[in-house]
Order: sequence, then C-alpha cells, then structure tokens
Amino acid sequence: MTRNPAIELRQISKSFGPVQANKDINISVMPGTIHGIIGENGAGKSTLMSILYGFYKADAGEIFVDGKKISIPDSQAAIAAGIGMVFQHFKLVENFSVLENIVLGAESGALLAPSLSKARTELAELASEYELNVDPDAIIEDIGVGMQQRVEILKALYRQANILILDEPTGVLTPAEADQLFRILKRLREEGKTIILITHKLREIMDITDTVSVMRQGEMTATLKTDDTSPEDLAELMVGRKVLLRVDKTTAKPTKPVLEVQNLSMIDDFGVQRLKNINLTVKAGEILGIAGVAGNGQSELLQVLGGYSAATGVVKLNGSEIDLSTSVSGDGQARRAMGMAHVPEDRQREGLIMDFMAWENAVFGYHREKSNQANKFFMDNNAIRKETEEKMKRFDVRPPNPKLTAKNFSGGNQQKIVLAREIERNPDLLLVGQPTRGVDIGAIEFIHQQIVALRDQGKAILLISVELDEILSLSDRVLVMFDGEIMGERQPANTNEKELGLLMAGVSEKAAQ
Amino acid sequence: MDIMPKWVDIIIVPLLSLFLAAFLSALLIIAIGESPIAALNLMIEGTLLRSAGWGYMLYYTTNFIFTGLAVSVAFHAALFNIGGEGQAMIGGLGVALVCLFIPWPHWTLAIVGASIGAAVFGMIWAGLPAYLQAKRGSHIVITTIMFNFIAAGVLNFFLVDVLKPKGSMDPASANFPVSTHLPTFQDIASLFGFEKAFRSAPANVSFFIALLACVAVWYLIWRSPLGYEIRALGKSGPAARYAGVRPVKIIMIAMMISGALCGMMAINTTQGESERLILNFTEGAGFIGIAVALMGRSHPLGVLLAALLFGFLYQGGAELALWTKIPRELIVVIQALVILFTGALSLMVRAPLESFFMSLRKAKE
Repeated sequence: MTRNPAIELRQISKSFGPVQANKDINISVMPGTIHGIIGENGAGKSTLMSILYGFYKADAGEIFVDGKKISIPDSQAAIAAGIGMVFQHFKLVENFSVLENIVLGAESGALLAPSLSKARTELAELASEYELNVDPDAIIEDIGVGMQQRVEILKALYRQANILILDEPTGVLTPAEADQLFRILKRLREEGKTIILITHKLREIMDITDTVSVMRQGEMTATLKTDDTSPEDLAELMVGRKVLLRVDKTTAKPTKPVLEVQNLSMIDDFGVQRLKNINLTVKAGEILGIAGVAGNGQSELLQVLGGYSAATGVVKLNGSEIDLSTSVSGDGQARRAMGMAHVPEDRQREGLIMDFMAWENAVFGYHREKSNQANKFFMDNNAIRKETEEKMKRFDVRPPNPKLTAKNFSGGNQQKIVLAREIERNPDLLLVGQPTRGVDIGAIEFIHQQIVALRDQGKAILLISVELDEILSLSDRVLVMFDGEIMGERQPANTNEKELGLLMAGVSEKAAQ
Repeated sequence: MDIMPKWVDIIIVPLLSLFLAAFLSALLIIAIGESPIAALNLMIEGTLLRSAGWGYMLYYTTNFIFTGLAVSVAFHAALFNIGGEGQAMIGGLGVALVCLFIPWPHWTLAIVGASIGAAVFGMIWAGLPAYLQAKRGSHIVITTIMFNFIAAGVLNFFLVDVLKPKGSMDPASANFPVSTHLPTFQDIASLFGFEKAFRSAPANVSFFIALLACVAVWYLIWRSPLGYEIRALGKSGPAARYAGVRPVKIIMIAMMISGALCGMMAINTTQGESERLILNFTEGAGFIGIAVALMGRSHPLGVLLAALLFGFLYQGGAELALWTKIPRELIVVIQALVILFTGALSLMVRAPLESFFMSLRKAKE
C-alpha cells in the first residue's frame, strides 16, 4: 500500500500585480521526511510558504494534507490542518514567559490558569519526547536566540502540528546552535513529523534534507533526492548557469595601515554598552573580516566608523584622527572626502532611498561634491544621469536605466548600485556590511570579485558579515566579535567553522584553544 | 515596474478625487434645495467670465500658492506643517512693522522689505516648533497647531495693545503709508488703457511674487543639493544619516523655508489688500495650503494648479453665498472632501484605476 504524502501541492500559482511569484508549483512531501526548498531571494519560496500558512490565497492550485484536499483561508485553518510555521523573525511576546507565549492564542477557556497548567504538563512531555528542553518560566527577552527558536517550535508542536515549516532558521544562529537545531529536527523526523526547510544555504540542504526542491523565478525547476545531488548542481539549478562557489584570490600584500582603531567604545541611546575597547587595524591591500552572530556590536562598529553614531576612543584614517564626538549625526560627508566609502549593512534602509531614481541614488552621500555640481547652487543632474548610466553598465546593473526607481530593482541589482557608487569613488578604505545579504548567487560572485579587485588595487577593506562562509572565503584576516568585544583573531587558512563558532558564542580565547 | 503610467497618477487620480468631491457637493446642494448646475453656472459666471471675478480668484490663489508651497516643502522632509495659519499671522506682523516703521520711498522697495520681514517672522514662528521637533522630538503636528493659537494671541495683543492707533475702536493697525501700497491688477491694467478691467478686485503684484516662489521652490527641491537632502531625509531618516545628512539641520531648514513661505502670504493680504494689519486676515488659508499641497502632490506646478482651483472655489463660493441660499461654508465642505479623497481615501480612488490598468496589461499579453 502506498502512503499518502503528508502534504502535497498541485499547480499552485500566485501573482502580485504583474509579478508572477509562484507558477504551477508542485510539491509532494512524504511523512517523516525533511524536505528542503532552496532558491535565491525573490524566487518565490516565502510566497509559497505564506500560501501554505494561509497568509496569501493562491490564484490557482490545490493543497492536499494526508491525501485530503483542504483549503487554507487563514492561519487558523493551517493550524487546524496540522501545519506549524517557524518564521525567520520570531513572533514572540518579548516580556511574556515561555509558557505564556506557547499558550497565547491557544487558550482553552476564559481563565488563564487552567490553560497554563495544562500547557506546563504537555510542555514537559514534549520536552522529554523531542529533547526540546526549555525553562517554561523564563522570560523570552532573557533567553538566547536559539532558545527562542525552540519556543517557536514548541508552539507549533503544542498546536499538534505534524508538518513543520521553518523559514531560514539558521540566519540568526551560531554554528553550534544551528547544529543543535538540526539535531532537534532529526529527532522530530524520527518521531514521524514532516519538516519543510526553506533556506538559501546549500550546506544545510546537503546536511539534513532527504529531498530538495529548487525554485527559480517563481517556478520549481527541480525536485531531487538530496543524496543524488551536489552543492554545485544545486547552485547551477538555482541560478540557471554554472557558478563559482569559491572566491578566486591571491594572497594579500598588505602595506601601510589605513584604518587604526584604538580603545573604541560606544554606549547606545538606551545606555547599553555596544562596543567595548575595540582595537583593530586595517592595512592597505587587505580584507579584514569581522565574524559574529548578528547583534554583537558589528552594526554599531560600522555606524561609528561610518559617522552616524558618537563614540569614545581614537580612530585614525590615513594617519589623521577622526572626530568621534558628533552626537546626533556625524560627518559622513567629511569622512567620504577623507577617502572612506561605506556599503551599509541594510541597503534598503540606509544604502539607498527606495523612492529615489537610480541616478539620484548614485550620488547619495557625494551629492555635494564638486563633480556633481553644475554651479554653486545647483546639482548637475544631466551629468549625474549620464555617469550613472555608464556606471550601471560597468557594474552590470539590470536594467541599466538610471531613471528607474530603486525599489524596482532586484536585491542584487540594488546592491550593485550601492557598490558602484562606493567603489567607483576609488576610496582608500571601504567599509562593507553584509555585502551579499539577500543577493542572488549570480550577483554574489560578481560582488565578491569587485571587493577582491579593490583589495588588489591596494585599498583597505573592512568586511562585516554574519555569513561565516563569506568571511572565510573573502577575508585575509578574521576577527570575531561577541557582545561588543573582539574575541580573537584568526587566519582563515588556519581556522575552521567550529573554532570560530566557539569564539562567536563568547567562549574565551583560552577555552577555545 | 509601476502599475500605472505616471500621467494617470499625476492627472487622473487628482481629477477623479475632485470629481468625487464635486459629486458629493452636488448632492449637498440638492439637499439644500438648489440646483447644482445653476450653482456651477453661477460660480463660473462670477469668477471666470468677469475680470473682477478673476481679480478675486487670483487674490485667493496667491494666498494658496504661498501656503501650498509651504506645506509642500515641509512634506518633502516628511514634516506635516499645520502651522501655516499662525506663521502667516506672524508674517503679517512682520509686514506691518516693516511698512509702518520704515519710511519706504516706493512700493518696489517696500515689497522687497515687506517680503523679507514677512519671511523672517514666519521663519522664526516655524523655527520654534522645528527646533522642538529636531532636538526634543516634540511632534511637529502638535506643536504647530498649538503655535497657531499662540500666534493668534500674539496678533491680538499687538493689535489691541501696541499697533492700534490712539482713539480707534478697531483692533487693527494704522493704515500703511501710501508709498507702500502695492499696485493692484486694476492699476496694472489701467497702465495699458483698460481702466475698467479688474475693477476693485484685490489681486495685486504679489501674485507674481507667488509665481516666482513656485519657480524658486522647484529649483530648491529638484535641483539644489539642499532640496536633495530634504527629500532624502523625508524618504528615509536612516539613509539620510548614513549619507551624512544632519537631520536636525534639515528639519530646521525645511520648516523655516516653509514658515517663510507662509509668512509671505501676508504681503498679498496685508500689504496688498487691507493695507493695514487686521485680525483674522489669514481666513484659513494656512489650512487650505494643506489641501492644495495634497492635491498638487507637493510639486510647484501642481500647487499652482490646485491653488487656482481653490481660488476659483473661494470666489465662486462667495458668489453662491451672495445669490443663493447656499452658504459660503459649502466651500469648506468641498475643501474637506478634496482632502478626504486626495489624502485619506486616495487608495480608494487608486485601487480601481490600478486594477483597470492591470487588466489592460493582461489583455495586451
């Protein structure tokens, strides 16, 4: 007797205006397996999952759970059908306890106490069954990200989910936490749960899934058994052409120091110390990578160096000291004039103005420079447009139309606009934050090449990224940050993810050795 | 890609909003017991078919251009300046002081002086809430509204206790010296031999200053690096910080330009029309500026067109009040409906248009 698939999608289609986000998607996942869905940003993975969880209504297509056709008009219906979802950004009430969060929305009566005590016993059962140990009385904001994720999983299990969907679950985890998560997932699989894992990380797909579907531009390009495929094949399926997964670069030839940071400390508006006595030097001709789990001070470091947060300490650029005291807003433009360029972590919030046209964005931060002025009073818009069009061609921005609004470009092309702006200024120092976050694989390759090329021209580059792979493949030296401190320095050639992972988790230098 | 062509967004959406507002107003007029068609005829006759009608319309339009531009400039920095009324009042005070206490040899010099006085006073009045917003985070909407009341109090004080000539019962300043009086459209037409044109209508040369202000604002917003920074801050605060744009500075500058423009409205009303400072001379123009800026999509050309429309409605409304049972307040209703449709309900107007263009596109494919 053949078993019914735990979940099956037939010919699911969905479009948003002129954009076809999903086109005739077919998936069938057998119970007790882990199915990966991989694809670039914008390939339609999240849309598909939102349809499954009742956030969007599909334009066409059918959904079957355990062989029965169902409709999912809202998330309540999804939960009733046994579908649970763990979002990339957790949906937890920060100042509630674990128990309260789990019960929230699934209370069994008008009074809270019976629900809570019932949940407490069930939680204990779940914990022992799946090795999902969490203190039920801990407050969410006091526990780590890995624990919060467990709470999300428990929430789904408490609601009797048989099918668990995880959207980019390892984005915020250290490698060790990710390994723990994968152990939990394997355990859940043993217990007969069905898991759908959405990710853009090839390694995770290879490590844990049984079958994998590849999405590209809203279509399902392939469904394969994981054992029968390789990362290279998957990457090619995702992008539609052969991709270089490793960065080609020669050994660095660092010369004089360009950026010197001494005893840099910073306290944010809420009185929390975000940077603690940071010391680092970036030399001309090298890429210094800073690894760390998101939220450990890397963003603040970039903001202080980029000139929009005040700090104490000494920062020298090409030997001359920078004023760090500017309180509300710094002197980003003055620093640019000194030879600093900055590709910010969040291109949509900071690097670009999404409602501005490409040419307006192409001079952002440099708009008062002489070369962009027609005369004392006005900007030379025609010249800027013309120059932007050439820049867009050089950086392969598609379409190379300077009059198109930034929000109409894809993530990768947006990032190329930012990179073109910052790199073409020929800066002495380039600060780069998350250069390839949300960027498709094809563009990642190009962006990495540009960064390495800039290094080879003898420029200094400070790279911040939460993607360990990226740090390891691009950097010439790696610093690890934890809780606002530099935990240690490593050579990419002589270290591995495990060692860096320990440093990222705050295990001190000594203990790591 | 944008769903609709740009021209639909710029022309059809405001026109449709206007049409909806007009339709509801027509229902109101029917409810009052008058004929909307007759009312429209009367409005057109009293405004567009007589030169004096034009003279009144353009007088109102001048006010609305100034306040509409003011609200637009603030909008570009994502600031909602509701204080146009107060800034115009204080601007009027500036005009009065300049006209009364400086002996001007000729109106050409006086208008320059009065413009500067009006702008500086309006600038200061907008600068205070701007400072509170930029430095202390007090919301500009709240503070500018409160500043309207304070401005009214200040104006009252000056008119009752300081500027009122001895023995006068009227809370108003003395008449300005003749050398500061601005040529009206009638004076200008007389120069060319048309003595009867624009008879006794209040429109005056400050209309041309308003047109100049449109051009200046266009250059400021779309051509200058300052305008670029204003728009950048308005679209995204974090991005502006990243680019080294100082929010405090830009908020202050944008609001002060806004206040200066509101203040300059007073050269039309106070120097040009009443030729002395009176109470309540702003007549709500500061608020109408919001509707004008919304309808004109914060673009100087759009503001000019919307100001003309509201000038027409104002003058037409006066005609209605004169000849029919329709109260003048109906214009306020129409104005409110336009704000409602262009501002709050613009999605309601846009959504069917968007789906229409979607189906057009689908049909093409």
